[in-house]
Amino acid sequence: MMDLSILLALLQDGVVSGAVYGLLALALVLVFAVTRVILIPVGELVSFTALTYAGLEDGQIPEALPLLLALGALAFLRGALQDRGRSLGSLALQTLVLPAAIAGCAVLIAPLHAGIAVQAGLAIAVVAPMAPLLYRIAFRPLPEASVLVKLIAAVGVHLALTGLGLLCFGPEGARGPAFSDAVLTLGPMILTGQAVWVIFCTTAAMAALWAFFRLSLAGAALRATAINRRGARLVGISPDRSGLLAFWLAGLIAGLSGVLIAPLTTVYYDGGFLIGLKGFVAAIIAGLGSYPLAIAAALVVGVVESLSAFWASDFKEVIVFSVIIPVLLWRSLRHCAVGEEE
Amino acid sequence: MSALLQATGITIAYRGVRAVHGVSVSVAQGEIASVIGPNGAGKSSLLAGLMGLIPSGGQVLFEGEDISGLPAEARVARGLALVPETRDLFATMSVADNLRLGGYRHRFDTKAGRTRDLDAAYAMFPRLAERRGQLAGLLSGGERQMLAMARALMARPRLLMLDEPSLGLAPLIVRDIFRTVAGLRDQGVSVLLVEQNARAALALSAHASVLEGGRVTLSGPSAMLAADPRVTEMYLGAAPAAMA
Repeated sequence: MMDLSILLALLQDGVVSGAVYGLLALALVLVFAVTRVILIPVGELVSFTALTYAGLEDGQIPEALPLLLALGALAFLRGALQDRGRSLGSLALQTLVLPAAIAGCAVLIAPLHAGIAVQAGLAIAVVAPMAPLLYRIAFRPLPEASVLVKLIAAVGVHLALTGLGLLCFGPEGARGPAFSDAVLTLGPMILTGQAVWVIFCTTAAMAALWAFFRLSLAGAALRATAINRRGARLVGISPDRSGLLAFWLAGLIAGLSGVLIAPLTTVYYDGGFLIGLKGFVAAIIAGLGSYPLAIAAALVVGVVESLSAFWASDFKEVIVFSVIIPVLLWRSLRHCAVGEEE
Repeated sequence: MSALLQATGITIAYRGVRAVHGVSVSVAQGEIASVIGPNGAGKSSLLAGLMGLIPSGGQVLFEGEDISGLPAEARVARGLALVPETRDLFATMSVADNLRLGGYRHRFDTKAGRTRDLDAAYAMFPRLAERRGQLAGLLSGGERQMLAMARALMARPRLLMLDEPSLGLAPLIVRDIFRTVAGLRDQGVSVLLVEQNARAALALSAHASVLEGGRVTLSGPSAMLAADPRVTEMYLGAAPAAMA
Protein backbone atom coordinates (compact mmCIF):
# COMPACT_ATOMS: atom_id res chain seq x y z
CA MET A 1 0.00 0.00 0.00
CA MET A 2 1.15 3.47 -0.82
CA ASP A 3 1.05 6.02 1.97
CA LEU A 4 2.31 9.58 2.05
CA SER A 5 5.73 8.74 3.48
CA ILE A 6 6.35 6.08 0.83
CA LEU A 7 5.17 8.43 -1.91
CA LEU A 8 7.49 11.15 -0.64
CA ALA A 9 10.40 8.72 -0.44
CA LEU A 10 9.72 7.58 -4.01
CA LEU A 11 9.47 11.16 -5.22
CA GLN A 12 12.74 11.96 -3.48
CA ASP A 13 14.45 9.01 -5.18
CA GLY A 14 12.96 10.05 -8.49
CA VAL A 15 14.09 13.65 -8.19
CA VAL A 16 17.58 12.57 -7.13
CA SER A 17 18.12 10.20 -10.05
CA GLY A 18 16.23 12.62 -12.32
CA ALA A 19 18.72 15.34 -11.39
CA VAL A 20 21.61 13.13 -12.50
CA TYR A 21 19.78 12.20 -15.73
CA GLY A 22 19.23 15.92 -16.20
CA LEU A 23 22.94 16.60 -16.05
CA LEU A 24 23.57 13.88 -18.63
CA ALA A 25 20.76 15.21 -20.81
CA LEU A 26 22.47 18.62 -20.74
CA ALA A 27 25.73 17.03 -21.85
CA LEU A 28 23.97 15.20 -24.68
CA VAL A 29 22.08 18.29 -25.86
CA LEU A 30 25.25 20.38 -25.72
CA VAL A 31 27.40 17.93 -27.64
CA PHE A 32 24.69 17.33 -30.24
CA ALA A 33 24.00 21.03 -30.74
CA VAL A 34 27.65 21.88 -31.29
CA THR A 35 28.96 18.79 -33.11
CA ARG A 36 25.85 16.80 -34.24
CA VAL A 37 27.26 13.80 -32.37
CA ILE A 38 24.87 11.76 -30.22
CA LEU A 39 27.27 11.00 -27.41
CA ILE A 40 26.25 7.46 -26.50
CA PRO A 41 29.56 6.76 -24.70
CA VAL A 42 28.67 9.37 -22.06
CA GLY A 43 27.36 6.42 -20.01
CA GLU A 44 30.75 4.68 -19.96
CA LEU A 45 32.35 7.86 -18.66
CA VAL A 46 29.75 7.87 -15.86
CA SER A 47 30.48 4.27 -14.82
CA PHE A 48 34.25 4.70 -15.16
CA THR A 49 34.15 7.71 -12.82
CA ALA A 50 31.90 5.89 -10.35
CA LEU A 51 34.21 2.84 -10.30
CA THR A 52 37.33 5.02 -10.01
CA TYR A 53 35.73 6.94 -7.13
CA ALA A 54 34.80 3.68 -5.38
CA GLY A 55 38.31 2.30 -5.92
CA LEU A 56 39.92 5.44 -4.46
CA GLU A 57 38.05 4.82 -1.18
CA ASP A 58 40.14 1.63 -0.87
CA GLY A 59 43.32 3.55 -1.69
CA GLN A 60 43.63 1.87 -5.11
CA ILE A 61 45.63 3.51 -7.89
CA PRO A 62 42.88 4.31 -10.42
CA GLU A 63 42.42 1.39 -12.80
CA ALA A 64 41.45 3.77 -15.59
CA LEU A 65 44.92 5.37 -15.78
CA PRO A 66 46.30 3.03 -18.50
CA LEU A 67 43.17 3.75 -20.55
CA LEU A 68 43.62 7.51 -20.12
CA LEU A 69 47.27 7.33 -21.20
CA ALA A 70 46.50 5.03 -24.13
CA LEU A 71 43.69 7.30 -25.36
CA GLY A 72 46.09 10.24 -25.06
CA ALA A 73 48.73 8.52 -27.17
CA LEU A 74 46.14 7.51 -29.77
CA ALA A 75 44.72 11.03 -29.90
CA PHE A 76 48.23 12.42 -30.37
CA LEU A 77 48.90 10.10 -33.31
CA ARG A 78 45.50 10.83 -34.86
CA GLY A 79 45.94 14.57 -34.45
CA ALA A 80 49.49 14.60 -35.80
CA LEU A 81 48.31 12.63 -38.81
CA GLN A 82 45.32 14.88 -39.49
CA ASP A 83 47.17 18.18 -39.03
CA ARG A 84 50.23 16.86 -40.88
CA GLY A 85 52.55 17.86 -38.08
CA ARG A 86 51.22 21.40 -37.55
CA SER A 87 51.07 22.75 -33.96
CA LEU A 88 52.45 19.54 -32.49
CA GLY A 89 53.45 21.30 -29.30
CA SER A 90 49.97 22.22 -28.18
CA LEU A 91 48.67 18.83 -29.32
CA ALA A 92 51.30 17.03 -27.23
CA LEU A 93 50.48 19.25 -24.26
CA GLN A 94 46.81 18.31 -24.38
CA THR A 95 47.07 14.65 -25.32
CA LEU A 96 50.33 13.47 -23.70
CA VAL A 97 51.46 15.92 -21.02
CA LEU A 98 48.08 16.56 -19.39
CA PRO A 99 47.10 12.86 -19.06
CA ALA A 100 50.61 12.05 -17.78
CA ALA A 101 50.39 14.84 -15.21
CA ILE A 102 46.96 13.62 -14.07
CA ALA A 103 48.28 10.06 -13.85
CA GLY A 104 51.27 11.26 -11.80
CA CYS A 105 49.04 13.14 -9.36
CA ALA A 106 46.67 10.16 -9.11
CA VAL A 107 49.50 7.76 -8.27
CA LEU A 108 50.72 10.12 -5.56
CA ILE A 109 47.33 11.01 -4.05
CA ALA A 110 45.46 7.69 -4.32
CA PRO A 111 47.16 5.86 -1.41
CA LEU A 112 46.72 8.83 0.93
CA HIS A 113 42.96 8.44 1.64
CA ALA A 114 42.76 12.18 1.24
CA GLY A 115 39.05 12.48 1.93
CA ILE A 116 35.89 12.23 -0.09
CA ALA A 117 36.11 15.65 -1.76
CA VAL A 118 39.65 15.02 -3.02
CA GLN A 119 38.78 11.50 -4.15
CA ALA A 120 35.73 12.75 -6.03
CA GLY A 121 37.80 15.47 -7.69
CA LEU A 122 40.51 13.00 -8.61
CA ALA A 123 38.04 10.50 -10.08
CA ILE A 124 36.60 13.26 -12.27
CA ALA A 125 40.10 14.45 -13.23
CA VAL A 126 41.05 10.94 -14.36
CA VAL A 127 37.95 10.25 -16.46
CA ALA A 128 36.73 13.64 -17.77
CA PRO A 129 39.74 14.24 -20.08
CA MET A 130 38.85 11.02 -21.90
CA ALA A 131 35.92 12.82 -23.55
CA PRO A 132 38.04 15.38 -25.50
CA LEU A 133 40.51 12.60 -26.32
CA LEU A 134 37.68 10.51 -27.78
CA TYR A 135 36.61 13.58 -29.77
CA ARG A 136 40.08 13.86 -31.26
CA ILE A 137 40.23 10.14 -32.06
CA ALA A 138 36.76 9.39 -33.37
CA PHE A 139 34.78 12.53 -34.20
CA ARG A 140 37.18 15.31 -35.18
CA PRO A 141 38.14 13.48 -38.38
CA LEU A 142 34.43 13.54 -39.42
CA PRO A 143 33.45 17.22 -39.24
CA GLU A 144 31.11 17.27 -42.23
CA ALA A 145 29.78 13.71 -41.90
CA SER A 146 26.03 13.08 -41.60
CA VAL A 147 24.36 12.61 -38.21
CA LEU A 148 23.98 8.92 -39.05
CA VAL A 149 27.71 8.41 -39.70
CA LYS A 150 28.53 10.23 -36.47
CA LEU A 151 25.98 8.07 -34.64
CA ILE A 152 27.64 4.93 -35.97
CA ALA A 153 31.02 6.27 -34.80
CA ALA A 154 29.47 6.96 -31.37
CA VAL A 155 28.12 3.40 -31.16
CA GLY A 156 31.58 2.13 -32.08
CA VAL A 157 33.19 4.20 -29.34
CA HIS A 158 30.56 2.95 -26.86
CA LEU A 159 31.23 -0.71 -27.72
CA ALA A 160 35.00 -0.23 -27.57
CA LEU A 161 34.80 1.54 -24.21
CA THR A 162 32.55 -1.19 -22.76
CA GLY A 163 35.18 -3.79 -23.62
CA LEU A 164 38.01 -1.63 -22.35
CA GLY A 165 35.99 -0.98 -19.17
CA LEU A 166 35.79 -4.73 -18.51
CA LEU A 167 39.53 -4.96 -19.07
CA CYS A 168 40.29 -2.11 -16.65
CA PHE A 169 37.75 -2.62 -13.90
CA GLY A 170 36.81 -6.29 -14.14
CA PRO A 171 33.26 -7.63 -13.94
CA GLU A 172 32.62 -6.79 -10.27
CA GLY A 173 30.47 -3.85 -9.34
CA ALA A 174 31.32 -1.28 -6.71
CA ARG A 175 29.60 1.35 -4.65
CA GLY A 176 31.29 4.60 -3.66
CA PRO A 177 31.12 6.25 -0.24
CA ALA A 178 28.26 8.66 0.43
CA PHE A 179 29.12 12.35 0.76
CA SER A 180 27.06 12.52 3.93
CA ASP A 181 25.39 9.99 6.22
CA ALA A 182 23.08 12.59 7.74
CA VAL A 183 19.35 11.92 7.79
CA LEU A 184 16.90 14.78 8.12
CA THR A 185 13.30 14.23 9.11
CA LEU A 186 10.88 16.80 7.73
CA GLY A 187 7.38 15.80 8.84
CA PRO A 188 6.50 12.62 6.95
CA MET A 189 9.58 12.90 4.71
CA ILE A 190 12.96 11.40 5.50
CA LEU A 191 15.60 13.28 3.58
CA THR A 192 19.01 11.67 3.20
CA GLY A 193 22.15 13.75 3.21
CA GLN A 194 23.23 12.18 -0.07
CA ALA A 195 19.99 13.29 -1.74
CA VAL A 196 20.60 16.84 -0.57
CA TRP A 197 24.15 16.69 -1.92
CA VAL A 198 23.04 15.39 -5.30
CA ILE A 199 20.42 18.08 -5.68
CA PHE A 200 22.84 20.75 -4.50
CA CYS A 201 25.64 19.64 -6.86
CA THR A 202 23.41 19.28 -9.91
CA THR A 203 21.79 22.67 -9.28
CA ALA A 204 25.20 24.28 -8.83
CA ALA A 205 26.52 22.62 -12.01
CA MET A 206 23.49 23.76 -14.00
CA ALA A 207 23.81 27.30 -12.66
CA ALA A 208 27.50 27.32 -13.58
CA LEU A 209 26.68 26.11 -17.10
CA TRP A 210 23.99 28.77 -17.44
CA ALA A 211 26.44 31.47 -16.36
CA PHE A 212 29.07 30.13 -18.74
CA PHE A 213 26.72 30.17 -21.73
CA ARG A 214 25.06 33.50 -20.95
CA LEU A 215 27.87 35.59 -19.53
CA SER A 216 31.16 34.47 -21.08
CA LEU A 217 32.30 35.05 -24.65
CA ALA A 218 33.57 31.43 -24.86
CA GLY A 219 30.08 30.23 -23.91
CA ALA A 220 28.49 32.58 -26.45
CA ALA A 221 30.89 31.22 -29.08
CA LEU A 222 29.77 27.70 -28.26
CA ARG A 223 26.10 28.72 -28.60
CA ALA A 224 26.91 30.50 -31.85
CA THR A 225 28.49 27.35 -33.26
CA ALA A 226 25.34 25.45 -32.37
CA ILE A 227 23.05 28.07 -33.94
CA ASN A 228 24.94 28.70 -37.19
CA ARG A 229 28.17 26.86 -37.86
CA ARG A 230 28.98 28.91 -40.97
CA GLY A 231 28.21 32.15 -39.19
CA ALA A 232 30.53 31.07 -36.38
CA ARG A 233 33.35 30.42 -38.84
CA LEU A 234 32.76 33.84 -40.40
CA VAL A 235 33.46 35.60 -37.09
CA GLY A 236 36.58 33.49 -36.55
CA ILE A 237 35.24 30.81 -34.20
CA SER A 238 36.76 27.43 -35.01
CA PRO A 239 34.00 24.75 -34.98
CA ASP A 240 36.74 22.25 -34.21
CA ARG A 241 37.70 24.04 -31.01
CA SER A 242 34.04 24.48 -30.10
CA GLY A 243 33.63 20.71 -30.50
CA LEU A 244 36.60 20.08 -28.26
CA LEU A 245 35.20 22.43 -25.60
CA ALA A 246 31.76 20.78 -25.81
CA PHE A 247 33.36 17.38 -25.26
CA TRP A 248 35.38 18.74 -22.33
CA LEU A 249 32.18 20.00 -20.71
CA ALA A 250 30.44 16.69 -21.43
CA GLY A 251 33.34 14.82 -19.84
CA LEU A 252 33.20 16.98 -16.72
CA ILE A 253 29.42 16.60 -16.48
CA ALA A 254 29.66 12.82 -16.93
CA GLY A 255 32.38 12.71 -14.28
CA LEU A 256 30.27 14.67 -11.82
CA SER A 257 27.29 12.42 -12.56
CA GLY A 258 29.43 9.34 -11.93
CA VAL A 259 30.59 10.61 -8.57
CA LEU A 260 27.02 11.55 -7.59
CA ILE A 261 25.51 8.24 -8.63
CA ALA A 262 28.27 6.02 -7.15
CA PRO A 263 26.88 6.07 -3.59
CA LEU A 264 23.27 5.53 -4.74
CA THR A 265 23.64 2.25 -6.59
CA THR A 266 26.17 -0.46 -7.34
CA VAL A 267 27.84 0.47 -10.60
CA TYR A 268 29.33 -2.07 -13.03
CA TYR A 269 31.70 -1.39 -15.90
CA ASP A 270 28.79 -1.44 -18.37
CA GLY A 271 26.15 0.01 -16.05
CA GLY A 272 26.59 3.57 -17.27
CA PHE A 273 24.97 2.78 -20.59
CA LEU A 274 21.50 2.47 -19.04
CA ILE A 275 22.04 5.63 -16.97
CA GLY A 276 23.19 7.53 -20.05
CA LEU A 277 20.25 6.18 -22.02
CA LYS A 278 17.83 7.68 -19.50
CA GLY A 279 19.55 11.01 -19.93
CA PHE A 280 19.14 10.43 -23.65
CA VAL A 281 15.38 9.85 -23.25
CA ALA A 282 15.17 13.23 -21.52
CA ALA A 283 17.28 14.87 -24.22
CA ILE A 284 15.05 13.38 -26.93
CA ILE A 285 11.90 14.60 -25.18
CA ALA A 286 13.52 18.04 -25.33
CA GLY A 287 14.10 17.55 -29.06
CA LEU A 288 17.88 17.56 -28.49
CA GLY A 289 17.59 21.31 -28.40
CA SER A 290 16.22 22.93 -25.25
CA TYR A 291 18.23 22.82 -22.02
CA PRO A 292 15.42 23.71 -19.54
CA LEU A 293 13.06 21.23 -21.23
CA ALA A 294 15.73 18.53 -21.01
CA ILE A 295 16.10 19.08 -17.26
CA ALA A 296 12.31 18.99 -16.73
CA ALA A 297 12.04 15.83 -18.83
CA ALA A 298 14.86 14.22 -16.85
CA LEU A 299 13.01 14.86 -13.60
CA VAL A 300 9.89 13.25 -15.10
CA VAL A 301 11.97 10.26 -16.22
CA GLY A 302 13.43 9.93 -12.71
CA VAL A 303 10.03 10.08 -11.00
CA VAL A 304 8.43 7.67 -13.50
CA GLU A 305 11.31 5.27 -12.92
CA SER A 306 11.03 5.50 -9.15
CA LEU A 307 7.22 5.04 -9.13
CA SER A 308 7.34 2.14 -11.57
CA ALA A 309 10.07 0.50 -9.49
CA PHE A 310 7.56 0.46 -6.65
CA TRP A 311 4.49 -0.72 -8.55
CA ALA A 312 5.97 -2.92 -11.25
CA SER A 313 9.64 -3.32 -10.58
CA ASP A 314 10.07 -6.00 -13.27
CA PHE A 315 8.88 -3.54 -15.88
CA LYS A 316 10.76 -0.53 -14.54
CA GLU A 317 13.01 -0.03 -17.56
CA VAL A 318 10.23 -0.89 -20.02
CA ILE A 319 7.99 1.80 -18.56
CA VAL A 320 10.75 4.42 -18.50
CA PHE A 321 11.76 3.86 -22.10
CA SER A 322 8.10 3.66 -23.22
CA VAL A 323 7.69 7.27 -22.12
CA ILE A 324 9.58 8.23 -25.26
CA ILE A 325 6.98 6.71 -27.63
CA PRO A 326 4.10 9.16 -27.10
CA VAL A 327 6.58 12.02 -27.14
CA LEU A 328 8.04 10.94 -30.47
CA LEU A 329 4.53 10.42 -31.83
CA TRP A 330 3.48 13.88 -30.72
CA ARG A 331 6.64 15.44 -32.12
CA SER A 332 6.26 13.71 -35.48
CA LEU A 333 2.59 14.74 -35.74
CA ARG A 334 3.47 18.32 -34.90
CA HIS A 335 6.29 18.22 -37.42
CA CYS A 336 3.84 17.09 -40.13
CA ALA A 337 1.55 19.97 -39.29
CA VAL A 338 4.40 22.44 -39.75
CA GLY A 339 5.25 20.81 -43.07
CA GLU A 340 1.68 21.23 -44.28
CA GLU A 341 1.64 24.91 -43.38
CA GLU A 342 4.66 25.43 -45.59
CA MET B 1 48.56 50.71 -55.35
CA SER B 2 49.68 47.27 -54.24
CA ALA B 3 47.27 44.35 -54.29
CA LEU B 4 45.81 43.49 -50.90
CA LEU B 5 44.19 40.36 -52.24
CA GLN B 6 45.55 38.55 -55.24
CA ALA B 7 43.70 35.37 -56.21
CA THR B 8 44.93 33.41 -59.20
CA GLY B 9 43.41 30.44 -60.98
CA ILE B 10 40.61 29.85 -58.46
CA THR B 11 38.72 26.67 -59.27
CA ILE B 12 35.73 25.43 -57.31
CA ALA B 13 33.80 22.23 -57.89
CA TYR B 14 30.72 20.75 -56.25
CA ARG B 15 30.68 16.95 -56.41
CA GLY B 16 32.80 16.98 -59.52
CA VAL B 17 30.83 19.72 -61.27
CA ARG B 18 32.90 22.86 -61.75
CA ALA B 19 31.24 26.10 -60.67
CA VAL B 20 34.30 28.34 -61.01
CA HIS B 21 36.98 27.79 -63.66
CA GLY B 22 40.40 29.30 -63.02
CA VAL B 23 39.20 32.77 -62.03
CA SER B 24 41.68 35.48 -61.08
CA VAL B 25 40.68 38.60 -59.15
CA SER B 26 42.61 41.19 -57.24
CA VAL B 27 41.69 43.99 -54.87
CA ALA B 28 44.06 46.90 -54.33
CA GLN B 29 44.65 48.45 -50.94
CA GLY B 30 41.85 50.91 -50.12
CA GLU B 31 39.75 50.33 -53.23
CA ILE B 32 36.37 48.85 -53.99
CA ALA B 33 36.47 46.11 -56.60
CA SER B 34 33.32 44.47 -57.88
CA VAL B 35 32.30 41.26 -59.56
CA ILE B 36 29.11 41.38 -61.59
CA GLY B 37 27.34 38.69 -63.52
CA PRO B 38 24.06 36.83 -63.90
CA ASN B 39 22.50 34.39 -61.44
CA GLY B 40 24.40 31.14 -61.17
CA ALA B 41 27.61 32.56 -62.64
CA GLY B 42 29.56 31.32 -59.61
CA LYS B 43 29.90 34.69 -57.84
CA SER B 44 28.87 33.42 -54.40
CA SER B 45 31.00 30.29 -54.81
CA LEU B 46 33.98 32.48 -55.65
CA LEU B 47 33.57 34.50 -52.44
CA ALA B 48 33.02 31.37 -50.33
CA GLY B 49 36.18 29.91 -51.84
CA LEU B 50 38.19 33.09 -51.20
CA MET B 51 36.96 33.04 -47.59
CA GLY B 52 37.96 29.40 -47.13
CA LEU B 53 34.41 28.20 -46.43
CA ILE B 54 34.56 25.70 -49.28
CA PRO B 55 37.58 23.95 -50.78
CA SER B 56 39.05 25.61 -53.84
CA GLY B 57 42.00 25.19 -56.15
CA GLY B 58 44.38 27.97 -57.12
CA GLN B 59 46.33 30.44 -55.04
CA VAL B 60 45.12 33.19 -52.72
CA LEU B 61 47.64 35.79 -51.59
CA PHE B 62 46.57 38.21 -48.88
CA GLU B 63 49.03 40.98 -48.06
CA GLY B 64 51.60 38.85 -49.88
CA GLU B 65 51.01 35.79 -47.67
CA ASP B 66 49.77 32.57 -49.24
CA ILE B 67 46.56 31.75 -47.35
CA SER B 68 45.29 29.14 -49.85
CA GLY B 69 45.17 26.20 -47.43
CA LEU B 70 43.77 28.04 -44.41
CA PRO B 71 40.25 27.50 -43.04
CA ALA B 72 37.82 30.44 -42.81
CA GLU B 73 38.47 31.11 -39.14
CA ALA B 74 42.21 31.52 -39.79
CA ARG B 75 41.47 33.91 -42.68
CA VAL B 76 39.29 36.00 -40.34
CA ALA B 77 42.27 36.23 -38.01
CA ARG B 78 44.35 37.64 -40.89
CA GLY B 79 41.83 40.36 -41.70
CA LEU B 80 39.39 38.94 -44.24
CA ALA B 81 35.65 39.18 -43.67
CA LEU B 82 32.68 37.98 -45.68
CA VAL B 83 29.05 39.03 -45.46
CA PRO B 84 27.36 36.17 -47.29
CA GLU B 85 24.13 36.42 -49.22
CA THR B 86 22.55 34.18 -46.57
CA ARG B 87 23.76 36.62 -43.84
CA ASP B 88 24.35 33.65 -41.47
CA LEU B 89 23.38 35.59 -38.36
CA PHE B 90 22.92 33.93 -34.97
CA ALA B 91 19.14 34.10 -35.20
CA THR B 92 18.28 33.19 -31.61
CA MET B 93 20.79 35.61 -30.12
CA SER B 94 20.33 39.34 -29.58
CA VAL B 95 21.71 42.00 -31.89
CA ALA B 96 24.20 42.95 -29.17
CA ASP B 97 25.39 39.34 -28.78
CA ASN B 98 25.81 38.98 -32.55
CA LEU B 99 28.00 42.07 -32.54
CA ARG B 100 29.92 40.92 -29.47
CA LEU B 101 30.70 37.66 -31.29
CA GLY B 102 31.66 39.65 -34.38
CA GLY B 103 34.55 40.94 -32.29
CA TYR B 104 35.57 37.40 -31.31
CA ARG B 105 38.87 37.86 -33.14
CA HIS B 106 39.77 40.63 -30.68
CA ARG B 107 38.59 38.80 -27.57
CA PHE B 108 41.92 39.28 -25.81
CA ASP B 109 41.89 43.06 -26.37
CA THR B 110 41.07 45.46 -23.55
CA LYS B 111 37.42 45.95 -22.72
CA ALA B 112 37.74 49.62 -23.71
CA GLY B 113 38.86 48.62 -27.21
CA ARG B 114 35.94 46.27 -27.67
CA THR B 115 33.47 48.83 -26.35
CA ARG B 116 34.86 51.35 -28.83
CA ASP B 117 34.24 48.90 -31.70
CA LEU B 118 30.69 48.35 -30.51
CA ASP B 119 30.03 52.10 -30.23
CA ALA B 120 31.44 52.60 -33.73
CA ALA B 121 29.12 49.90 -35.09
CA TYR B 122 26.10 51.52 -33.46
CA ALA B 123 27.18 54.93 -34.75
CA MET B 124 27.41 53.55 -38.28
CA PHE B 125 24.04 51.77 -38.01
CA PRO B 126 21.92 53.72 -35.48
CA ARG B 127 18.99 51.40 -36.28
CA LEU B 128 20.90 48.51 -34.67
CA ALA B 129 21.43 50.54 -31.50
CA GLU B 130 17.65 50.86 -31.18
CA ARG B 131 17.28 47.10 -31.63
CA ARG B 132 20.25 45.92 -29.60
CA GLY B 133 18.15 43.74 -27.29
CA GLN B 134 16.07 42.16 -30.06
CA LEU B 135 16.72 38.68 -31.44
CA ALA B 136 18.52 38.77 -34.78
CA GLY B 137 15.97 36.38 -36.27
CA LEU B 138 13.19 38.93 -35.72
CA LEU B 139 14.84 41.77 -37.64
CA SER B 140 13.62 43.03 -41.03
CA GLY B 141 15.62 42.20 -44.17
CA GLY B 142 17.38 45.56 -44.23
CA GLU B 143 18.22 45.40 -40.54
CA ARG B 144 19.59 41.89 -41.01
CA GLN B 145 21.89 43.13 -43.75
CA MET B 146 23.04 45.98 -41.52
CA LEU B 147 23.68 43.55 -38.66
CA ALA B 148 25.60 41.17 -40.92
CA MET B 149 27.79 44.06 -42.11
CA ALA B 150 28.24 45.46 -38.62
CA ARG B 151 29.12 42.01 -37.28
CA ALA B 152 31.76 41.59 -39.98
CA LEU B 153 33.17 45.06 -39.25
CA MET B 154 33.51 44.23 -35.54
CA ALA B 155 36.47 42.05 -36.57
CA ARG B 156 38.16 45.21 -37.99
CA PRO B 157 38.81 43.55 -41.35
CA ARG B 158 41.32 44.82 -43.91
CA LEU B 159 39.18 43.40 -46.71
CA LEU B 160 35.41 43.15 -46.53
CA MET B 161 33.74 40.88 -49.07
CA LEU B 162 30.03 41.58 -49.63
CA ASP B 163 27.82 39.07 -51.41
CA GLU B 164 24.73 40.68 -52.94
CA PRO B 165 24.21 43.26 -50.18
CA SER B 166 21.26 44.77 -52.05
CA LEU B 167 19.39 41.51 -52.63
CA GLY B 168 15.72 41.73 -51.66
CA LEU B 169 16.01 45.16 -50.04
CA ALA B 170 13.98 48.31 -50.64
CA PRO B 171 15.71 50.95 -52.83
CA LEU B 172 16.09 53.44 -49.97
CA ILE B 173 17.86 50.85 -47.83
CA VAL B 174 20.04 49.79 -50.75
CA ARG B 175 21.11 53.42 -51.17
CA ASP B 176 22.05 53.58 -47.48
CA ILE B 177 24.01 50.35 -47.68
CA PHE B 178 26.00 51.46 -50.71
CA ARG B 179 26.64 54.80 -49.03
CA THR B 180 28.03 52.89 -46.04
CA VAL B 181 30.26 50.82 -48.35
CA ALA B 182 31.67 54.01 -49.87
CA GLY B 183 32.26 55.34 -46.36
CA LEU B 184 34.19 52.22 -45.45
CA ARG B 185 36.49 52.69 -48.41
CA ASP B 186 37.14 56.25 -47.26
CA GLN B 187 38.17 54.80 -43.88
CA GLY B 188 40.71 52.57 -45.60
CA VAL B 189 38.79 49.27 -45.67
CA SER B 190 39.11 47.52 -49.01
CA VAL B 191 35.93 45.98 -50.36
CA LEU B 192 35.21 43.20 -52.81
CA LEU B 193 31.60 43.62 -53.87
CA VAL B 194 29.58 40.95 -55.65
CA GLU B 195 26.37 42.32 -57.11
CA GLN B 196 23.62 41.61 -59.58
CA ASN B 197 22.80 45.31 -59.52
CA ALA B 198 25.55 46.04 -62.03
CA ARG B 199 24.78 49.72 -62.38
CA ALA B 200 25.29 50.43 -58.68
CA ALA B 201 28.31 48.13 -58.44
CA LEU B 202 30.11 49.76 -61.37
CA ALA B 203 29.31 53.24 -60.06
CA LEU B 204 30.83 52.41 -56.69
CA SER B 205 33.89 50.38 -57.64
CA ALA B 206 37.23 51.30 -59.17
CA HIS B 207 37.74 47.96 -60.87
CA ALA B 208 35.30 45.29 -61.93
CA SER B 209 35.15 41.83 -63.42
CA VAL B 210 32.28 40.19 -65.25
CA LEU B 211 31.77 36.56 -64.27
CA GLU B 212 29.77 34.36 -66.64
CA GLY B 213 29.47 30.59 -66.44
CA GLY B 214 32.26 30.43 -63.85
CA ARG B 215 34.75 32.36 -66.01
CA VAL B 216 35.85 35.99 -66.08
CA THR B 217 34.78 37.30 -69.48
CA LEU B 218 35.69 40.96 -69.00
CA SER B 219 37.67 42.90 -66.47
CA GLY B 220 39.15 46.35 -66.09
CA PRO B 221 38.41 49.79 -64.68
CA SER B 222 34.71 50.10 -63.86
CA ALA B 223 34.25 53.23 -65.97
CA MET B 224 35.60 51.36 -68.99
CA LEU B 225 33.29 48.40 -68.34
CA ALA B 226 30.30 50.68 -67.89
CA ALA B 227 30.98 52.05 -71.37
CA ASP B 228 31.54 48.64 -72.96
CA PRO B 229 28.64 47.84 -75.29
CA ARG B 230 28.51 44.18 -74.17
CA VAL B 231 28.07 45.25 -70.56
CA THR B 232 25.53 47.95 -71.31
CA GLU B 233 23.47 45.53 -73.35
CA MET B 234 23.63 42.60 -70.91
CA TYR B 235 23.59 44.28 -67.52
CA LEU B 236 22.73 47.97 -67.76
CA GLY B 237 19.77 47.88 -70.11
CA ALA B 238 20.00 49.20 -73.70
CA ALA B 239 20.46 52.88 -72.92
CA PRO B 240 23.71 53.92 -71.19
CA ALA B 241 21.75 55.50 -68.36
CA ALA B 242 23.15 57.84 -65.74
CA MET B 243 24.59 56.16 -62.65
CA ALA B 244 22.36 55.88 -59.62
